[in-house]
Amino acid sequence: MTPTVFSPTGIRFENIDKRYGGLYALRRVSLEISAGECVVFAGRNGSGKTTLLRIAACLVRPSSGRVSFLDSGKERDGTLPRAGFVAHATMVYDELTAEENLLLFARLQGIAEPAARAEALLREVGLLERRSSLVRTFSRGMRQRVAIARALLNQPAVVLLDEPTTGLDPQGAHWFAETLRHLRDSGRTIVMSLHGESEVSTLATRAIQLDAGAVVADTRTGANFRSVLAFANA
Amino acid sequence: MKKSVLSAMVVLLLLGVAAYAAFFVAPTDAKQGVIYRILYLHVASAWTGLTSFFICFIANSLYVLRRQPRWDWLGVSAGETGLVFTTVVLLTGPIWAHPVWGIWWTWDARLTSTFVLWLLYVSYLLLRTLVEEPDRRALLSALFGIFAFIDVPLVFGSIRWWRTQHPQPIIMGAPGAGLDPTMYRVLFFTWLAMLGLMTLLLRQRYRLEAMRGDLEIIQRELEAA
Amino acid sequence: MALLSNTTVLLGKELRTEFRSRELLTTTTVFVLIVMVLFSFSFDPTSEESRRFGAGLLWLAFLFAASLMLQSCFLREQTSDTLSALRLSVSDPFAIFLAKLAANTLFLLLTELLLLPVFAVMYNVAVLPTLHWLVLVFFLGSLGVSIAGTALSAISAQARMRELLLPLLLLPLLTPILVASTEVTAALFDRSPYVQWKGVGFLAVFDLAFLTILWLLGEYLVEE
Repeated sequence: MTPTVFSPTGIRFENIDKRYGGLYALRRVSLEISAGECVVFAGRNGSGKTTLLRIAACLVRPSSGRVSFLDSGKERDGTLPRAGFVAHATMVYDELTAEENLLLFARLQGIAEPAARAEALLREVGLLERRSSLVRTFSRGMRQRVAIARALLNQPAVVLLDEPTTGLDPQGAHWFAETLRHLRDSGRTIVMSLHGESEVSTLATRAIQLDAGAVVADTRTGANFRSVLAFANA
Repeated sequence: MKKSVLSAMVVLLLLGVAAYAAFFVAPTDAKQGVIYRILYLHVASAWTGLTSFFICFIANSLYVLRRQPRWDWLGVSAGETGLVFTTVVLLTGPIWAHPVWGIWWTWDARLTSTFVLWLLYVSYLLLRTLVEEPDRRALLSALFGIFAFIDVPLVFGSIRWWRTQHPQPIIMGAPGAGLDPTMYRVLFFTWLAMLGLMTLLLRQRYRLEAMRGDLEIIQRELEAA
Repeated sequence: MALLSNTTVLLGKELRTEFRSRELLTTTTVFVLIVMVLFSFSFDPTSEESRRFGAGLLWLAFLFAASLMLQSCFLREQTSDTLSALRLSVSDPFAIFLAKLAANTLFLLLTELLLLPVFAVMYNVAVLPTLHWLVLVFFLGSLGVSIAGTALSAISAQARMRELLLPLLLLPLLTPILVASTEVTAALFDRSPYVQWKGVGFLAVFDLAFLTILWLLGEYLVEE
């Protein structure tokens, strides 16, 4: 069963290549992200941010190279531990209610006491009152809350977010930034790609710029850091 | 001389000898007369087509496991080559059937099964035209190709058991129906010649596909740049 | 064990969404009904003629209906990228297919049983004496259609012209099912009905063969 307390986990990308029909989406990407970092990927559309995140989530298989998770010193390969994944698409069913969605995925993941976990998460994201409404009836902001609740079901030590704030209104974006801050402060490793959201980017402890599938800048502090972040917000 | 020209000439020679044997070496059928000689083209094409589809299946399976473009190239080449030979079967069938049975098309087990087989591989090629991204196209068509090939014995089995309303198959049919030993030898030789032709076509088609694959990458790189 | 529990949970989801809207069931039922009525114009539906053509008519209608019904099977998972969510949550992607094909079999079977009495009345064919055998054939046939159809709908959902593509891929592949099911059903519609065990066995072999391939290839069908 899922541990109630996660152990801090980092990610290591080793020489990741991803080709789509002979075209490189990623070219020899090597990165090590330590436990507890909050990393922002910046880059143009098609620079490989999404692909890299989906590889980290084990949704996409790299053409060569390998991803491993660094779980308090021990190295683990493959799908375990499963990272929480939030994308622009909500990844929940519109024709089910918020609660049904969470219950479904909690049961699939073999989480102990799925009902209690679903309820706790609904409370956490502030949807407890709307728990029995169909997701179809939700606003974009509310959908994104369900999406985050789904991603956090199994207490992931790593949370991956692919342009999570696209389409959120200012209020929603503010709530989102608060939630992320909370996740970061709890010691979770956060990796996200961003497209024009300043409030969220203030949480970053590291900024990585991708261009044409390769890492072109990797900074933690200083003027460079701000310029990469500014690029993310462009 | 270039190797490809040489091999083409060898195949041409084989086909010539096969045609000669079919017309002048094999004895005339007592009941059907001269028209039966189309059997050598008809049956040999059917066997060659099946061989080609089998190669396609192997290539499809290897692509799914290894993900190397060359298995995709081989898969599509073998699929197309198989389709060519199966088309010959479907065209020669009626030509043979008309004088012998008095009708152009008969829903005979083999002819019908071959038609379904033909349709399956037309779908396979059709699917390929409808997926843009090369890797995805290769994977999806390979997966469909595997399903299609597994279906082949089931198609043949079902149609042969339930849908046959005409005389026993001549080859590999019930006991009693059989070919003269010389006819068998000629048939196998024709098949051999056809396999040569198939290999030739397959090689040319494979080269073309490989070039097309390279071209596609260059085009996409240009678009991306 | 995880496979079984994942499948059960997912099957629950499939049934819940369908029985909430009943979209698939209604459209499929109406479609088959239309085909049944239209078919009656293509021959003289006396009892004798119906015994000869009825079984084929029924199965052809079922096959067409299935090829329409199965289109949305994986397409629905794309709207909000729920397929990725499923892939991240299940331990074996085969569970996704098992649940979907079980649900599809059930939907097809429901439609078929709903329309069997209508068919029997319209075409003047006695179905009651052999009803339990008919249910068996309908089940084995629909299972085969669903196994192949679910697999192929995962393929067609990723291509262009997907609505048109699925029937093109699926129908030739289902020839053996059509032939065998029609023969067995026709034997059951006969004036002196009998069970054609060869056909029943053949259907079972088809189902088993395709299920095995699906089990081997399932993860590749949904990979990104």
